[in-house]
Amino acid sequence: MLDMRHLSKIYRTEVVETYALREFTIDVREGEFVAVTGPSGSGKTTFLTIAGLLEEFSGGEYWLDGVDTRGLNDRQRSRLRNEKIGFVFQSFNLIPDLNVFDNIDVPLRYRGMPGAERKRRIHAVLERVGLTSRMRHYPSEMSGGQQQRVAIARALVGEPRLLLADEPTGNLDTHMARGVMELLEELHRGGATIVMVTHDPDLAARAQRQVHIIDGTIVELTADPRLVREAQAAGADVSQP
Amino acid sequence: MFGYYLDLALRGLVRNPGLTLLMVASIGVGIGASMTTFAVFRAMDGDPIAYKAAELYVPQIQNLDPDVHTPNSSVHADGLSDALSYIDALALMRAHAAPRQTALYETRFAVTPSDPQLLPFQVGARAGYADLFAMFDVPFAYGGPWSAADDQAHAPVAVISRALNDKVFGGSDSVGKVLRLDGQDYRVVGVLRDWNPVPRYYDLQDAFGLEPDDVFVPFTRAIEQHKFTGESSNCSGPQRAPGWSGLLQSECVWLQFWVQLPSAADAARYRAFLRHYAADQQHSGRFHWAARTRLRDLRQWLSYEHVVSNEVRMLVVVGFGFLVVCLVNAMGLMLARVLFRSADTGVRRALGADRGAVFAQGLIEAAVIGAAGALLGVSLTALGLAGLRALLSREALVLAHMDLPEVGMAVLLAIAAAIAAGLYPTWRATRVQPAWQLRAR
Repeated sequence: MLDMRHLSKIYRTEVVETYALREFTIDVREGEFVAVTGPSGSGKTTFLTIAGLLEEFSGGEYWLDGVDTRGLNDRQRSRLRNEKIGFVFQSFNLIPDLNVFDNIDVPLRYRGMPGAERKRRIHAVLERVGLTSRMRHYPSEMSGGQQQRVAIARALVGEPRLLLADEPTGNLDTHMARGVMELLEELHRGGATIVMVTHDPDLAARAQRQVHIIDGTIVELTADPRLVREAQAAGADVSQP
Repeated sequence: MFGYYLDLALRGLVRNPGLTLLMVASIGVGIGASMTTFAVFRAMDGDPIAYKAAELYVPQIQNLDPDVHTPNSSVHADGLSDALSYIDALALMRAHAAPRQTALYETRFAVTPSDPQLLPFQVGARAGYADLFAMFDVPFAYGGPWSAADDQAHAPVAVISRALNDKVFGGSDSVGKVLRLDGQDYRVVGVLRDWNPVPRYYDLQDAFGLEPDDVFVPFTRAIEQHKFTGESSNCSGPQRAPGWSGLLQSECVWLQFWVQLPSAADAARYRAFLRHYAADQQHSGRFHWAARTRLRDLRQWLSYEHVVSNEVRMLVVVGFGFLVVCLVNAMGLMLARVLFRSADTGVRRALGADRGAVFAQGLIEAAVIGAAGALLGVSLTALGLAGLRALLSREALVLAHMDLPEVGMAVLLAIAAAIAAGLYPTWRATRVQPAWQLRAR
């Protein structure tokens, strides 16, 4: 699903070169739930933005669901991002002047989907996250946890192949964070492929596999055996690193 | 997607009403200033017979000694006058070198209505030949022009305006009825529909006159009756003999002269005719100089006569310059808005909007601002013209109006200007790096 080989990302100024990622190699299989951890500035978010085709990389290879992303133009990247990737951000990133329905509608609009199909999907995904009754509310009228659920709904409405979550519980209290994580786990059990960046080791431990990044390089990959067994029992195709 | 972008544009503008009002005001004030000056310019520069402008010509003959007579208000720097003398006008009419031609001049009559309840009153009049009605496409409600035979016979016939017909004859078909002018009976042969071209190109001495000509009579009849007001004559030439015959034999210029020449070849032939005529006048001893001649078409004539003064032209330039300044201001505000909303743009990019989608949305937002600016601009233009009416002379009442084509032009200009102002900010929006924006948020 997500296959990076010897990938590098270099930020160049007139004076210095900074390697955000260096010889970065990772392979996320379909149906995996991977947590990416590391200290601040380690390259976690850079990895996520490159994985989400929001940023270009300097070297190496990146294959997304079998598509070589090198050499894609802006339109191709945007279409791939729209069709295959769902994003969940720490700060929700809902558009404030759109209500819940319209926020979730955004990626479907850019896909050119007909109105009836959009409406059906939005209703279905709102029901999945339990927010059907808040469909006409605006983000400012909702709690942090609810906003994050809306963001997850927006990420799922396009039926993406890959869900990228950047500190999805970072702005939530314990209770709300637990609710969001339970939702992510439920999605994973349903077959979703999830890559989650987090600084919280407890949250990372709930993933199927952990990837630790320091100074732009993967230093260890760990897998929770309990979760691996559970995933295998559910029929997910996972493999030990 | 157009409908979606339009919806997003409206929501986005409502979200930040202060900034939106500033952008709309920038566009609106710029449109108001530029369209106000343009309305004045357009009215003054208007060519009410544009479709025929290339066929109507004014001949000029240098009948004043250039060594003696320096340029003044009536003699241009090229030594030519605005009008012809009676000698030259009559000679040109007799030569009949053009398919249609007319000499004409302004005069006045005292009308004595047949209704004893009405008191006599003065009306503005024009003396000319029958051809003038066809040349200038003068519209008739009843009847038509007099004939060439009437011209030759100095016939007491008249064509009257609708307003005069309403006043004297109650608006009925008065063809064949008698109108008493200066104590003499004139037979009405035609009644005009409303006709007051602006500018009054055939007599630029009264280019923006509010009062239309109420009576038209044959030139020959008016000359026979010694109808002359002297208001539009220039007698800066040699001392003339006294009296009416002295005027006719003098070098005083007081007659407008127009010819209709359908083709360029006709115009070339007429130019040659004028040169030969001037040479003949020199050979005969009337002119002791090589008299210059010119033949100008209507547009050239209006330009030659500075119907639109340089001040008005400069005013238009200033007006549109002000619009440019307003657009730059609007561009700055739009740029600020783009930067303010760069996080939203980053989110949209993350959700699948490519640069083209961002660009399209931005331009539609700019067009919406332009449309709103157009509404304000048209209102301000109307206000500006109303201000002109209040401040300027009565003649400006003729100028100060905004018709439907001009409203349409203002709307299109506002939208196009807003889109132009929005191009750079919209391009900047497409350069938003979604990764950076999403991190910063």
